[in-house]
Amino acid sequence: MSCLQTIQDYGLRSVGLGERLLPKSDFTLCEQFTLIGSGMIWNVYFGIMALATGFFLATALALGKASPNKWLRKPSEWFIFLFRGSPLFIQFFFAYFFFLSLKKSYPMFDAFTSAWLGALIVLFLNTAAYTGEIFYGALRSIPKGDIEAADAYGMSGWSRFRRVIWPTMLRLAWPAYTNEAIFLFHATTLVFFSAFPAWQQRGDALYYASYFADKTFNPFVPYPILAFYFILLTLVIVWGFGQFNKRLNKHLPATKQIKMKFRLNLAR
Amino acid sequence: MFSYCADPDTLGTFRWFTCYLTNGVHWSFYLSFIKVLALLAVTAPVALGFGFAGAMAARSHVPPLSWLGKAYIAIVRGVPDIAFFLFFVIALDQGFEWIRHKVLCPEWTDPIRQGNDFLVCQAAKLPLGSSPEWMHETYGFFLAVITFSIVFGAFAANVLFGGMRAVPHAQLETAEAYGMSRRQIFWRVLVPQMWVYALPGLSNLWMVLIKATPLLFLLGIEDIVYWARELGGTKTSKFTQYPHGDWRMWYFLFLLIFYLGMTRVSEIGLEKLMRRLSHGQATSGGELLRKETTA
Repeated sequence: MSCLQTIQDYGLRSVGLGERLLPKSDFTLCEQFTLIGSGMIWNVYFGIMALATGFFLATALALGKASPNKWLRKPSEWFIFLFRGSPLFIQFFFAYFFFLSLKKSYPMFDAFTSAWLGALIVLFLNTAAYTGEIFYGALRSIPKGDIEAADAYGMSGWSRFRRVIWPTMLRLAWPAYTNEAIFLFHATTLVFFSAFPAWQQRGDALYYASYFADKTFNPFVPYPILAFYFILLTLVIVWGFGQFNKRLNKHLPATKQIKMKFRLNLAR
Repeated sequence: MFSYCADPDTLGTFRWFTCYLTNGVHWSFYLSFIKVLALLAVTAPVALGFGFAGAMAARSHVPPLSWLGKAYIAIVRGVPDIAFFLFFVIALDQGFEWIRHKVLCPEWTDPIRQGNDFLVCQAAKLPLGSSPEWMHETYGFFLAVITFSIVFGAFAANVLFGGMRAVPHAQLETAEAYGMSRRQIFWRVLVPQMWVYALPGLSNLWMVLIKATPLLFLLGIEDIVYWARELGGTKTSKFTQYPHGDWRMWYFLFLLIFYLGMTRVSEIGLEKLMRRLSHGQATSGGELLRKETTA
């Protein structure tokens, strides 16, 4: 079987298109590359969706945590502590069983027990908490002069936020936010290893990598392939966020611009 | 455990829970918390050691050694840590068995990898097929500790490498001016000073390590996640003394609270440590402390 044929059969296997049966023996390198790459669709889906939705909640949380009003501050603080203080792995488990018991009493929660929605909600809340903390830190380090200048121009409320506070907050938080985005993509590999079932063996990249490692009892091929894909993904994220970083810093003289220094450290 | 548990009347009363929560399998559950704490207690120093060695290698003036150290630091970043966990457990196991195979059975001529099998001679199996159950469990735990140490060692190496570079260069130059050798400068000037710079990173790492402990479950250890799934699952009166529905949600809620507690305690402890270490240091943290006391 040619490699092109394999790509046609398995290229979209993780979303349920193409060949139904996974290869069972005599795995070729091409099959491993194709299937693990196909699994990356899920990682990218979870990552992008969680980032896009989490961003707004994170902004709200950061504002809430910085608010002088106790009724806004306390819930935000607790939310951030809850999701940053506990392992994502346990959050997945808890959420899955929580949705499962909800489903028993209300059938409309059926979709929540599948990974595409249930895991996405957990990732959304989780990244919102981490990003919220980053944004909160940035919010507190906005130069006092910027806000005073906005006041002097007679700006207040929404226009001050929209034109001064929010852009500056983003600019200061951007390098850390890039790191968070990278980690979020890494964290998506946990989804199918926690309780969420990979229905009809439609899993993410790590799911297929460990499938091959289990079948061949040889970890030295599938995991490096996975690593290759993730390093590629990381480079793409770094590039994309770097472009936006340039845009955020466009108005500043070159010496004052925040350079993206990447310290891709740690997990969550 | 309690004598009244034998009385059927306890069923349906609140006292039933005290019986339920102290039955045999629950003690295994509680024991697995000790496993997690043991993992933390062993991994933290070992990973710090790995990290120190890695950072030292990365600073080395011998190129191959420095490449090795830098590669070790770089390789674990950029790839999900869980992939490393899954990889190292099999790879280490096979590595140990391969070495033992080479040493113990030199007369063996068949290839070790035959298709989808990894075959070593009986004497090289780890642990030996004849060894008792606890040996297997201990070996599994041992593999887990090494895996955690390798991965977190790389993170720690990254932090310590940064800490070493953050020590003001003038300090090292002064030491050189006093005629200290490179070794003396490293141990007497650089190492004592780098901890303040490395501590924020290390405390962050400790938090991450705590939150990585449930991944033990993926390494095949019977840890808290394993028991929470086992105990919480639906029980019928046919199989156990204590029938109940699906309680996994509550077990995982308990784990969630356990981890939140661990995080909170660590936060408080690390904050105290940082205050003590920053005392009198020429850093912004030390400056803040000074202002607090004078104000």
